[in-house]
Amino acid sequence: MEWHPLLLSLQVASMATVITALFGVATGWLLAVKRFPGRELLDVIITAPMVLPPTVLGYYVLVAVGRRSAIGGLFESLTGSSLVFTRTGAVLAASIGAFPLVVKSARAALEAVDPTLVAAARTLGAGPMRAFFTVRLPLAAGGIIAGIMLGFARSLGDFGVTLMIAGDIPGETQTASLAIYDAIQANREREAIGMIAVLSVTAIAILYVVNKLSAGDKHAR
Amino acid sequence: MPAERALEVELTMRAAPGAEHPFSLELTIAAPPGVTILFGPSGSGKSTTLAAIAGLVRPDAGRVALGDDVWFDTKRGVDRPVHERGLAFVFQSLALFPHMSAADNVAYGIDRALSADERRRRALAMLERMRVAHLASRRPRTFSGGEAQRVALARAFARSPKVVLLDEPFSALDRELRHELCADVKATVAELGIPAIMVTHHRNEAKTMGDRIIVLRDGRVAARGDVREHLPSIAGEET
Repeated sequence: MEWHPLLLSLQVASMATVITALFGVATGWLLAVKRFPGRELLDVIITAPMVLPPTVLGYYVLVAVGRRSAIGGLFESLTGSSLVFTRTGAVLAASIGAFPLVVKSARAALEAVDPTLVAAARTLGAGPMRAFFTVRLPLAAGGIIAGIMLGFARSLGDFGVTLMIAGDIPGETQTASLAIYDAIQANREREAIGMIAVLSVTAIAILYVVNKLSAGDKHAR
Repeated sequence: MPAERALEVELTMRAAPGAEHPFSLELTIAAPPGVTILFGPSGSGKSTTLAAIAGLVRPDAGRVALGDDVWFDTKRGVDRPVHERGLAFVFQSLALFPHMSAADNVAYGIDRALSADERRRRALAMLERMRVAHLASRRPRTFSGGEAQRVALARAFARSPKVVLLDEPFSALDRELRHELCADVKATVAELGIPAIMVTHHRNEAKTMGDRIIVLRDGRVAARGDVREHLPSIAGEET
C-alpha cells in the first residue's frame, strides 16, 4: 500500500483545518452576531462552494491566485514560490470545500446560544470580548467542533479543486484521492484499495463522532 | 458606606417604523434606595424600561443617572456600556450559565481586580447567605425552581451592585416560596442601601416587597407613590 499520498492528505487536511477553523469561526460569528448590509449575500457566496462544480470553483481560484493575479503575484514575491501547483495550493484547495461547512456550523451554533445569557454576562460586568469567550463560545463549542470535524473530513477527500489548483504531482501535491484516481485509471486497483479503506473508515468515524456531539448539544440545552 | 443615591430615569423610546409591535415609552421615574415596584399589565413597557436602564436597549432620548454618576444622557452624548454601569440584573428566565457551577456563576460578576480565591470566597459566602451553599459545585440543570432563583439572586448581590434590577424574578415560583424570597431580597437591598427596581404584575409581591410603586400603562406613568396607599385602587393579578 502507498502510504505517502495518505500522509500528504493528512498533512494538507490538518493545515486546511487550522485555517478554516480560525477564519470559519470568525466568519460564522460575524454572520451570527453582527448586522450589516449584504450579510445574507455574504452567506450565499460562502455557501456556493458546496454546490458549485469543483472545476468551476477551481477556475475561480486559479483566476484569483494564479501567477498573474494580484494575490498570486504578491504571494510569489513574498515567498518566492507560486501558489498554484504547490503544496500551499493543495492546502488552499482543501480549505475551500471545508470553509462553508465550518462557517455554517459555527453560525448556527453561535446563533443558538440564548441571547439572554450573553446579556446576563454583560450586566455582570463582562465586556463584549469576555462575554463572547466565556459564555457564547463555550456554549456553542459542541456545534463548532462538529463543524470543524466535518470540514476536516471534507478537506481530506477533496479531489476536483486540488486537481485544478495544485495539480497531481506525485510526492508534492498528489493526495490520497488523486492517487486513488491515478491507480484505478492505470489498472493498479490493489494499490488503491488500502487508501480507499482508510479514507472510508476515517469519514465514517468522523461522522459518527459529529452525530454524537450534536446529540450531546441537544441534551445540554 | 457610600452616600445613598437615587436612580433617576428619563426615557423616550419608540419602536422602529414597521415593527411588529408598535409601542412608545415616555416616562420619568426616580428610585431612591429601597425597593421600587414597576407595576402594570403586560405590554405596558416595564421590561423595556428595565432593559433601557441597564443599557441592554438604547432609548431614543433621555437620561439615566445614579446621583451624579451619569450612565446615559443623549444631550451630553453619554452612553456607558452595560458592563460599566455596576448594576445587577435578575432576568425572568434567571439566565444562569448552564456550563458553570453555582459558585462559578456567582463569582462571574465579582470584581476581577480581586484574586480568584477571594472571588470564590465571596461567592460561597453569598450562596450561604441565600441558603444554597450546598449547590456550590453543581450545575444549574440540577436545580429546582427555588434553588435556581436563589443562585440567581446570589449572583446579582455578590457583585455589590450600585443598583439592582429585577424583571419578574419570582414568576416561576409557588406562593410560599415567593413570599420567603421576597423577604430575603428586601432585607438584602435595605442592607446594601441601594435602589432596586422590580417589575411585577402580582399585587401580593408588590405589597410584600415594595417601598414605593410606579404604575405603568401604555408606556406612561399612570400613578406613583406609597405601595399601601396605591395598591387598593390598582387592578392586577391577585396571587
